Amino acid sequence: MLEIVEQLEEKRVEARLGGGQKRIDKQHEKGKLTARERLDVLLDPGSFEEYDTFKTHRATDFGMARQQYPGDGVVTGWGTINGRPTYVFSQDFTVFGGSLSETHAEKICKVMDLAVQNGIPLIGLNDSGGARIQEGVASLGGYAEVFWRNVQASGVVPQISVIMGPCAGGAVYSPAMTDFTYMVRDTSYMFVTGPDVVKTVTGEVVTAEELGGATTHTKKSSVADAAFDNDVEALMEVRRLFDFLPSSSRETAPTLDVHDDPNRLENSLDTLVPDNANTPYDMREVIEKIADEGDFLEIQKDFAGNILIGFIRMNGQSIGVIANQPMVLAGCLDIDSSRKAARFVRFCDAFNIPILTLVDVPGFLPGVSQEYGGIIKHGAKLLFAYAQATVPKVTVITRKAYGGAYDVMASKHIRADVNYAWPSAQIAVMGAKGAAEIIHRKDAGDAEKLAAHTKEYEDRFANPFIAAQRGFIDEVIMPHSTRRRVLRALEILKTKDVPEPMRKHDNIPL
Amino acid sequence: MTKPPFSKILIANRGEIACRVMKTAKEMGIATVAVYSDADRDAVHTRMADEAVHIGPAQANQSYLVADRIIAACSETGAEAVHPGYGFLSENAKFCEALEAAGITFIGPKSKAIKAMGDKITSKEIAADAGVSTVPGHMGLIGDADEAARIAAEIGYPVMIKASAGGGGKGMRIAWDDEEAKEGFARSKSEAASSFGDDRIFIEKFVEEPRHIEIQVLADAHGNCIYLNERECSIQRRNQKVIEEAPSPFLDEETRQKMGEQAVALAKAVEYQSAGTVEFIVDKNRNFYFLEMNTRLQVEHPVTELITGVDLVAEMIRVAAGEKLSLTQGDIGIKGWAIESRIYAENPYRGFLPSTGRLTRYRPPQEGKAKDGTIIRNDTGVTEGSAISMFYDPMIAKLCTWGETRDDAVAAMSDALDAFVVDGIEHNVPFLAAIMRHPRWQSGEISTGFIAEEYPDGFENVEPDAETFTRMAVAATLMAQRATRLPTDASGQRLEKLLPPQGDFTRTVMVPLGEGERTVSITEGDVSIDGAAPAEAEIAWQPGDLTAELTFGGRTSIYRVNAITSGYRLRGAGFDVALKVYPPHVAPLARLMPEKLPPDLSKFLISPMPAVVMTLSARQGDQVHEGQILAVIEAMKMENVLRAERSGTVSKVAVSEGDSLAVDDVIMEFE
Repeated sequence: MLEIVEQLEEKRVEARLGGGQKRIDKQHEKGKLTARERLDVLLDPGSFEEYDTFKTHRATDFGMARQQYPGDGVVTGWGTINGRPTYVFSQDFTVFGGSLSETHAEKICKVMDLAVQNGIPLIGLNDSGGARIQEGVASLGGYAEVFWRNVQASGVVPQISVIMGPCAGGAVYSPAMTDFTYMVRDTSYMFVTGPDVVKTVTGEVVTAEELGGATTHTKKSSVADAAFDNDVEALMEVRRLFDFLPSSSRETAPTLDVHDDPNRLENSLDTLVPDNANTPYDMREVIEKIADEGDFLEIQKDFAGNILIGFIRMNGQSIGVIANQPMVLAGCLDIDSSRKAARFVRFCDAFNIPILTLVDVPGFLPGVSQEYGGIIKHGAKLLFAYAQATVPKVTVITRKAYGGAYDVMASKHIRADVNYAWPSAQIAVMGAKGAAEIIHRKDAGDAEKLAAHTKEYEDRFANPFIAAQRGFIDEVIMPHSTRRRVLRALEILKTKDVPEPMRKHDNIPL
Repeated sequence: MTKPPFSKILIANRGEIACRVMKTAKEMGIATVAVYSDADRDAVHTRMADEAVHIGPAQANQSYLVADRIIAACSETGAEAVHPGYGFLSENAKFCEALEAAGITFIGPKSKAIKAMGDKITSKEIAADAGVSTVPGHMGLIGDADEAARIAAEIGYPVMIKASAGGGGKGMRIAWDDEEAKEGFARSKSEAASSFGDDRIFIEKFVEEPRHIEIQVLADAHGNCIYLNERECSIQRRNQKVIEEAPSPFLDEETRQKMGEQAVALAKAVEYQSAGTVEFIVDKNRNFYFLEMNTRLQVEHPVTELITGVDLVAEMIRVAAGEKLSLTQGDIGIKGWAIESRIYAENPYRGFLPSTGRLTRYRPPQEGKAKDGTIIRNDTGVTEGSAISMFYDPMIAKLCTWGETRDDAVAAMSDALDAFVVDGIEHNVPFLAAIMRHPRWQSGEISTGFIAEEYPDGFENVEPDAETFTRMAVAATLMAQRATRLPTDASGQRLEKLLPPQGDFTRTVMVPLGEGERTVSITEGDVSIDGAAPAEAEIAWQPGDLTAELTFGGRTSIYRVNAITSGYRLRGAGFDVALKVYPPHVAPLARLMPEKLPPDLSKFLISPMPAVVMTLSARQGDQVHEGQILAVIEAMKMENVLRAERSGTVSKVAVSEGDSLAVDDVIMEFE
């Protein structure tokens, strides 16, 4: 018996070598870790339990029968992150370049099914050359099985993808449908068709890095949510993100014992908003000063900077923050920022994470390219997402809340629960100058009169009190007490319960 | 309490000095009036005063420098006297006369003394007549660059080219040869014209290895005049004082007395009354030469106050009201040692270029007397959330420490600087903290060339030595332990108890792009480094705290803390280190990760600060050689010359003259 037991360990050792030491060394030379090393970094030490260690492919064409590696190019199983469980798969580039075979896909599907069934998140570490060409349509079928499960799991358990090598062709659509995608700089790329095909079809000459590297996807396409310098950094940041997320839609967001006074005042916020309404200021400062321990995990930092999204904690509880950023495009809503925020609002709502919205928005960005690009439809995504969200919603207007953008940014009317405004808030249809020019069209060209009309409009509307008189603002608050106020609001809203109408699903403008 | 000398005074200044004056005025029971520009509506001095009067737009020449506005503000509020602080109208004889005409007392000397000492050429003549030793130089005015070069050669290089009306480093240039004399003359003249409205220039011998030592005097209207010992201000950067101390580590009692007596003689010669400062340059043989007399309260006056116990502002106010000095020369002693560090909004890593913006965090160290007997005093005009504007002097605060000995004062300053939190702008705290640890500074063997000699290529972060790195590693591990907490789900699924026992809290601390590595294990509060015997260690820090105080190995270190990906950025003592803190199973994998270097910016000429393009001296396609002037940009009224760092060809000029630049904006690209 003992001998048999020992043989198991030998088999495991063999399996753990993946494609062999030579290929492992090569992976290291490229600055990449192996599939198993990555799981070591991601998961608590000693917590990983592997499934399907010995699973191999069943292909016979092109001499494949002679090439068998236990595990078939992907390591699957589960482990814990700071004590909380997650299912994982980690593609092994040392085995057939991490290519996806029918059996490779089956392994992934197995942990995906378990994740959904048990209400436990799924983290996928992608490093794959693509479909296993030798298997043909069986491989394509495998992809689709994964895609289908991504969709079934969406909104049920958090799904996180980390792109740590190539991810090309159809393979990209699995990460694309997960909740968060992280990339590693210089060693990962994602594209539907590679540089060679692009050159043949369109004549454009482009490198893999330019076409689908981490910079491209975090700055231009927004396919990725963040990029990091190396494998270790990316995985450590996934651990940090994971701590903010509930295990499933059946649970509330996790809590952490934080060292921060709920009543902490931030007097400097009283001087944050400049006297001149056209002078920008950094909304990030508000977020960092009201968050527990000043900790703000920003998502899509490098994309659509006119809106900030990410996670903070309030009284230890995870909170999703959406904030207009006056530093970029005056904080206007445009196509990119609407899309960015809309998906985040829906993620938070799906996973019971309360939403804090900080508003300083002068309106939607005007322009031909915006209209042609469908700002109506994209702006509607954010409006739809906010209106649909039933998690606790707290809104603070710091300065401008103009026009339709006021309505969109978690206004009272689309069922935000608690709406605060700073005394510097200006809630109006538009800026005073524009309003005066329209109301007093007959005085066009008379600068003096217009200035007087502008002043009149400013005095009337450039404050939060008109909205407060109507109850659209629940309370005008001191900027320095924002943390305390928001935190109290979130605490009282913990028992919020909103019945949802019966339907198959909504029809969000896509 | 005796009746205050005035019932209400106006402070015709802003920032820390306005606050400083108000503090004493309040103690004396005098009501205070502040004046403020548009930029200072929410400023600390505006809020601190009993009354505040708006005097115009942000530009000083339309607000703080407009005598009529100040006088109007006095009439409006009924202020009986004006304290001018330093800078602005403090040494403006016309202002002084206008106040007198309006029946308002000027808290400072009479206009005659200001006039006499305000002109550098006249003041030297008076000083020479009063028996004060002076530096050889050209007293007359200079017409053009060629004449400047000729006179400079006569005096003998090196020479100092100075604006006659100048001060504080503006309009001053040192020249070592004819070409530099010509260029310096032109620049000084244009800076003098824009800063002072007076472009007269003179030239004098530049004393090598000099020390800047100045004597504080105090005189009343009854012919009494005393000196309150010296301040040494040798730590200067481009003639701008950075660190001052009192007393000087260099003077002996005999020299001190001689300097003091000459200073008093000069003050008496101009019938000086109020507080004033006679500046000397002192060579290595303790020969001293008169430089100039500042007829105002000096920025660095607190160090004198700390060693003499005299409140100079209170004395100024009393003297202005016609009271006799309450002190005689015999009352003035030297108690202990005091040091002042000027905290400036400037980037020490980029040639000390000014930085503007909002102080998102501003947490000075705790003022007052510490347990060890040292004293911290912080004179400031800002608070968290204040803005450092481009319109005024970029000084944020004057941090002073006092100790029984120079060593005590230096040690207290080192800690105070490390504990000083300033975020939102660039500042010189790391540089000051590095100087405090510099052996030459600590020995007192300094000269006005200290910064230029010790930091010839500018300031760079100090590389931590092995012991410092060990201490940081201990701090980082203790912090990581405290920050490691387990979040809880609603389901309460907690699997950590099923894991193999973790044992001690062990972390390997690494510095990216560095050689160092330490493995620190924590067992019940004791730490063991790389397997050595455990020692006690404690950290005062909670997640989110801005600073941490480590007690380890019998001493404490204070670090500024920022959380970064898998680690902490720690700053202190001029170090700025990103520490990665890895669990034992991750450390070997982290070692496999390639090091990524920051992007190469050598192909660009980058704007080092927010500024306006004055002139562009190279065009696309031009061949430029190393050191050639490429552009002149202006910020904070200082013209900054940007030179080519290496020879090459300009491939693109990205801006035009008159353009505004943000930090890091590309001005030119090279092939």
